[in-house]
Amino acid sequence: MPSYVIRRILLLIPTVFFAISFLFFLFFTLPGDPANLIAGGFNRTPDPGVVQRAKERYDLDKPLPVQFVHYWERTLKWDLGESYKNRRSVNDILGEHAVNSLRLGIWAILIEVVVGIGVGLIAALRRYSLSDKITTVVTAGMSALPVFVLGFVLQYAFAVYPHKHAWPEWLTLRTQGLGPDSWAFFFIPTGEQWRYLILPAVTLASVSTALAARMMRGSMLEVLRADYMRTARAKGLDERSIIVKHGLRNALIPVVTLIGIDFGTVIGVAVLTETVFSWPGLGSEIASSVTSRDLPVLLGLTLTVVLAYAIINLLVDLSYAFFDPRIRLGEGGEK
Amino acid sequence: MPTDDRVLLSVRDLHTTFKTDDGDVKAVDGVSFDVHRGEVFAIVGESGSGKSVTSMSILGLLPPDTADIQAEGILWKGENLLEGSAGRLREVRGKEIAMIFQDPLSALNPVHTVGKQIGEMMRIHEGASRKQAKARAIELLKLVGIPQADRRVDMHPHEFSGGMRQRVMIAMAIACNPDLLIADEPTTALDVTVQAQVLEVLLSIKDEIDSAIMLITHDLGVVAGLADRVMVMYAGRAVELGTADEVFYETRHPYTLGLLASLPRLDDSGREKLIPIKGSPPSLLRRPSGCSFHPRCPFARVPGICNETEPPLHLVGGMAHVSACHFAEDMKNVGVAELREEETLA
Repeated sequence: MPSYVIRRILLLIPTVFFAISFLFFLFFTLPGDPANLIAGGFNRTPDPGVVQRAKERYDLDKPLPVQFVHYWERTLKWDLGESYKNRRSVNDILGEHAVNSLRLGIWAILIEVVVGIGVGLIAALRRYSLSDKITTVVTAGMSALPVFVLGFVLQYAFAVYPHKHAWPEWLTLRTQGLGPDSWAFFFIPTGEQWRYLILPAVTLASVSTALAARMMRGSMLEVLRADYMRTARAKGLDERSIIVKHGLRNALIPVVTLIGIDFGTVIGVAVLTETVFSWPGLGSEIASSVTSRDLPVLLGLTLTVVLAYAIINLLVDLSYAFFDPRIRLGEGGEK
Repeated sequence: MPTDDRVLLSVRDLHTTFKTDDGDVKAVDGVSFDVHRGEVFAIVGESGSGKSVTSMSILGLLPPDTADIQAEGILWKGENLLEGSAGRLREVRGKEIAMIFQDPLSALNPVHTVGKQIGEMMRIHEGASRKQAKARAIELLKLVGIPQADRRVDMHPHEFSGGMRQRVMIAMAIACNPDLLIADEPTTALDVTVQAQVLEVLLSIKDEIDSAIMLITHDLGVVAGLADRVMVMYAGRAVELGTADEVFYETRHPYTLGLLASLPRLDDSGREKLIPIKGSPPSLLRRPSGCSFHPRCPFARVPGICNETEPPLHLVGGMAHVSACHFAEDMKNVGVAELREEETLA
């Protein structure tokens, strides 16, 4: 088991290296010269002297392999460089946005876990009932609905409409921005903060919650037919204990996989949600760094996301052993 | 209804019907039998003969939305389980009637240790503490012959071999000293060498806790050594019922005879041919007219009484040896040897 963890951690190195190197070279295949943009010209020709100074400042006059080596030298010292756009340190930008992403991500996962597993479980236990049918239809719709469409609909329904019709203040939510940025215990919103948090969190959680609910339903239905559930009944357990003690943990095994993957996804790739709600997280910052050709910001933030994703995946894999004792970590082959 | 002190379980006219899209499947169609205290009662039949469904109906383990159980009575020590409350039924399950299932790998919960699963019985029925339950689980594992029980109690089912797993199932079933053990094909999923060991454990345990066993199997070889009385089932009905000796040596039903003739014997030096029963069991949706067995019966008189009238179970000898064959009396003169002759002529 410890050797398994060490092996998995060592595997992070090539994973991160290849991911970032790929992005590095991909960036330079994009049309347009970054130095021109830095020097100020989107549609006008910038001053050649300014372009030259920009190239020198950012290594852009060196051949690509040299730039590549320099990039990694700095990165290993966790110096992510400075933004082409406003010369801010990428480390600062990262610190600011990662926290916002993390908070939004935590809430999206909480919604996914509580609502997704809960709804899926109830649907499975009341199979073919009206609530089960509604669940099937709604979750299918949710997983097919583009995030930005849902985002706009929610903004209208819970913020714009109540505001226009002068609903009481406590019923009105906010559509844009981070809000007062006031939190307790890192992630509990305080004061007005919850009005800003709810809509983006729900939007970000929508697709994964729907998928988790569907998977939980299917998994629980399968478990309900399992022989060991019949054994539990034959032992004289009551229905509730049969479900809770014997069914739930077995049914959760595949759902945990899904939620684990989503952990990486909601933190790193909440681009659309963060854009719709102007939530200043990693996703929206990565998106804007691509449009403005801001290489250091793009690489720095992506590196963080890749690292977070890989580490979370490792933790998820380790947690399988808890949920499913048949999994022996570190031993090759099926047991 | 007669209540005999020796009678532990009395099933009276049990009908279990499954509702399917193609119609109602009568998996058990009017079966009656008694299980006496301390005896081994075997139910024998092919797959689909309704033997497992019979046992599940007794404990109400079939899914209530598809299975319909009707009976004059399922009397457990004189008390009708069909009329009992859900709470009473849960009390009977595990504590008074315990089950051993066919495939111990799928019948044990993969995510809990065997100690927890065995101990759960005492936790449910005797209000034992975690510690007491575990101590008792270790005792039980020793009793069923699992070595290093105090270490293996913390292992999961996948860490045991097939035979050991079935021992765990047995340990679980006997945890509360039940009066009746229902063993549903307890050795079918096991290697032949292990089968004998597991049966031996089952029998020694039976004496230890003084319970009756209802043994459900398709394997007459298993029945021969163990059972006191045997009920042979075909297409959801009992076709022959009597003591093991009666059923084996004074067979009064062609189906039983067919089962015996298809059983390989070690002492026939390989010269005797095995005679399979022709055809396959009927669909329970479209049961043959008259005697359900007549399309496969070498002695059937068709057209005639066999495909016209359903034969009732009637006394054919001994104290309570019954058979559902129109020509049960003629079967007196027919043994496995005669069946072979009949087959070679045909």
